Amino acid sequence: MKTFKGGQHIDGFKHLSREMAIKTLPLPSQVIIPLSQHTGAVCEPVVKKGDMVKTGTLIGTSDKLISSRIHASLSGVIKDILEYNHPILGQAQAVIIDSDGNDTLDSAIVKRTKIELLSKEQLLEIIKNAGIVGLGGAAFPAQVKLNPLKPVDTLLINGVECEPYLTCDYRLMLEHTNSILKGIVLMQKIIGVETVIIGIEEDKLEAIKLLRNKCVEKKYNIEIVCLKAKYPQGAEKQLIKAILDREVPSGKLPFDVGVIVSNVGTAFAVFEAVYNAKPLYERVVTVTGKCVKQPSNLKVRIGTRFKELLDFCQGFTQTPGKIIMGGPMMGMSQYTDDLPVIKGTSGILVLSQKEVQEFSQGADQSCIRCGRCVNICPVGMLPYALSLCVEMNKLDKAAQYNPFDCIECGACTYVCPAKRQILSGIRLIKAVTR
Amino acid sequence: MSEKSNSVDLAITSSPHIRSKETTAKIMWSVTVCLIPSGLVSVYAFGISVFWIILTSIICAMASEWLFNCYLQKKPNSLMDGSAVLTGLLLAYNLPPGAPLWMAGLGSFVAIVFAKVVFGGLGFNIFNPALIGRVFLMASFPVLMTRWPALSNIDAITAPTPLAVFKDGFSRSNVLNPIEIINYSYQDLFLGLRGGCIGEASVLALLIGAMYLMFKKYISWKLPLSFVATVGIFTWIFGGSSLLRGDFLLHILSGGLILGAFYMATDYVTGPVTIQGQIIFGIGCGIITSIIRLWGGYPEGVSYSILLMNMVTPLIDRFVKPKRFGDK
Repeated sequence: MKTFKGGQHIDGFKHLSREMAIKTLPLPSQVIIPLSQHTGAVCEPVVKKGDMVKTGTLIGTSDKLISSRIHASLSGVIKDILEYNHPILGQAQAVIIDSDGNDTLDSAIVKRTKIELLSKEQLLEIIKNAGIVGLGGAAFPAQVKLNPLKPVDTLLINGVECEPYLTCDYRLMLEHTNSILKGIVLMQKIIGVETVIIGIEEDKLEAIKLLRNKCVEKKYNIEIVCLKAKYPQGAEKQLIKAILDREVPSGKLPFDVGVIVSNVGTAFAVFEAVYNAKPLYERVVTVTGKCVKQPSNLKVRIGTRFKELLDFCQGFTQTPGKIIMGGPMMGMSQYTDDLPVIKGTSGILVLSQKEVQEFSQGADQSCIRCGRCVNICPVGMLPYALSLCVEMNKLDKAAQYNPFDCIECGACTYVCPAKRQILSGIRLIKAVTR
Repeated sequence: MSEKSNSVDLAITSSPHIRSKETTAKIMWSVTVCLIPSGLVSVYAFGISVFWIILTSIICAMASEWLFNCYLQKKPNSLMDGSAVLTGLLLAYNLPPGAPLWMAGLGSFVAIVFAKVVFGGLGFNIFNPALIGRVFLMASFPVLMTRWPALSNIDAITAPTPLAVFKDGFSRSNVLNPIEIINYSYQDLFLGLRGGCIGEASVLALLIGAMYLMFKKYISWKLPLSFVATVGIFTWIFGGSSLLRGDFLLHILSGGLILGAFYMATDYVTGPVTIQGQIIFGIGCGIITSIIRLWGGYPEGVSYSILLMNMVTPLIDRFVKPKRFGDK
């Protein structure tokens, strides 16, 4: 089975939500839509307080190359445009929309016909107008990624979902198989490549079978590769290494080795944008955790508050100790549940106070040089050495250990038996030597 | 719910938010437990006095750790991490079964204080503490350290170790078949019915424990194998009356090779961190052990080989690094 060097299987707790079919969250009465939800320039609002908007109406845009448009996810009235809690940025400008309860679609949202007649440029324009970003986590504007500066020969579709707990991509692959495949074919056309490969971990066998059958049935020229279930298999560079045996050097991007990597969620968004003319105003979010009463996969409008998702999952069985946006390995902990879902929100994970205590016990003991971090590091670094540089306050010595190679997957910190905050140390080194 | 969840303290930390269940203490205690079968065989073979030696050694190691690391330096209690107990146990395993108790205690004290605490405690020592203890005792009390009691008869001061017999024969260059003159069969050597240090008694018992450690991935099989194989090959080539006539099985099964290769050369702190580095470390240990055994002044060379390679560890770590992702 294909894989990369390093890494380790991490008990996923995916069973909590993997059998839960995607449910649509009831329409919230209010949404908070940040004007920055992507990598790149912040959008300027094109609406003002008091304006009426419909579901899918453009509310923010930017003339910068690397940016992504923002749309209303409800029909209603713009209540305000102000600084609001943001799950990544802390605080950011956001458009607050009060729902009128009707969810009236914007007049531009009508099913397209004659898709096959659309040119590459037209398709890119559609994707740009729909505000699609990479839904795997980094939220990079899709129209930029799909129009690479160098020639590429392969499109890789990331269906790995190696983060523990998260199951939204898995459910999407099971429930929207045809749409995802159609989205992939569109991306294939845009990039103009022959080779398209979907990588999925072995623990998602059902999704693999289903996609394989559909590809045969519809005669798509798409290969589905079964990958070893191992963290961080879904990291872009590790995926390329596993499937194509090409290595993207530090500081380079996939197109430098002739590859574009895109998430299955993004493929689905491309399908919706092209076939249904629907902008990216909703996504699937996994709400999970051992202390969440009813873990679920929910289709929610962008801008819905975390607490509405948690309420829908019937709250907690134990006192929550940590709310994380994303998975437990790379997600960001939050200080409140009064936060909007943004385009990059793949999951909301809640750890109980007890779990948080367990995981923080006995932190920062002496390094015993066991080498676990070295063996697991997917980019061949010496994490323990960097950690010692921080401990000894010799940050100037850290440069020789290539701290900027780090993809911040956190595997070193996960396996450390001395419970050292290795990744925090590497982040510190990166921050002060940048 | 929302007011309630806002009122509780939500922890803010950087990722990752989960940790594996492995801890330093769990690893140390596992190694300790895996060494117990060998000790039991030794008690069976040499009598209950062996048990008192082991106990004294462990207690002195813990007392030294507490006094010099925790009490005098006011560091957090490090007794429960299991490293002091393990050092004490390994030191005892490196003593002859007839060693006096004070010697066990002194060895542990030296091991903990002069080989570990003065370097900064667990994780900072350069040499394997138990081996420093042993080498200190060897240098200070050479007679007591090489007094090998016969099986089940501690008082008899005869019964030299298989390797000592071999060495005697080898230096006179008239041994055609050493296994015949040492009065032990390979089975005896493997099962543990022979003279030697406390922990060297049974290869089988040591391997049972080591299997568990390898199964749990606490140690890699690559380092011990490269160590043992190197000794085997080296002694096969040079250890006989002519080239390629050496009795490599005798060398592999006797002395402290198995104990050293599986339990002391694999010490995390004093060995290389990369697998490739560990293989180099193992080969180096094997060559030095063979040279000492065949041509050196001692019948046994495992302790010195590991300590000498401990010295080279920083050098190995400097030059043997994992391949940087993206490099050709």
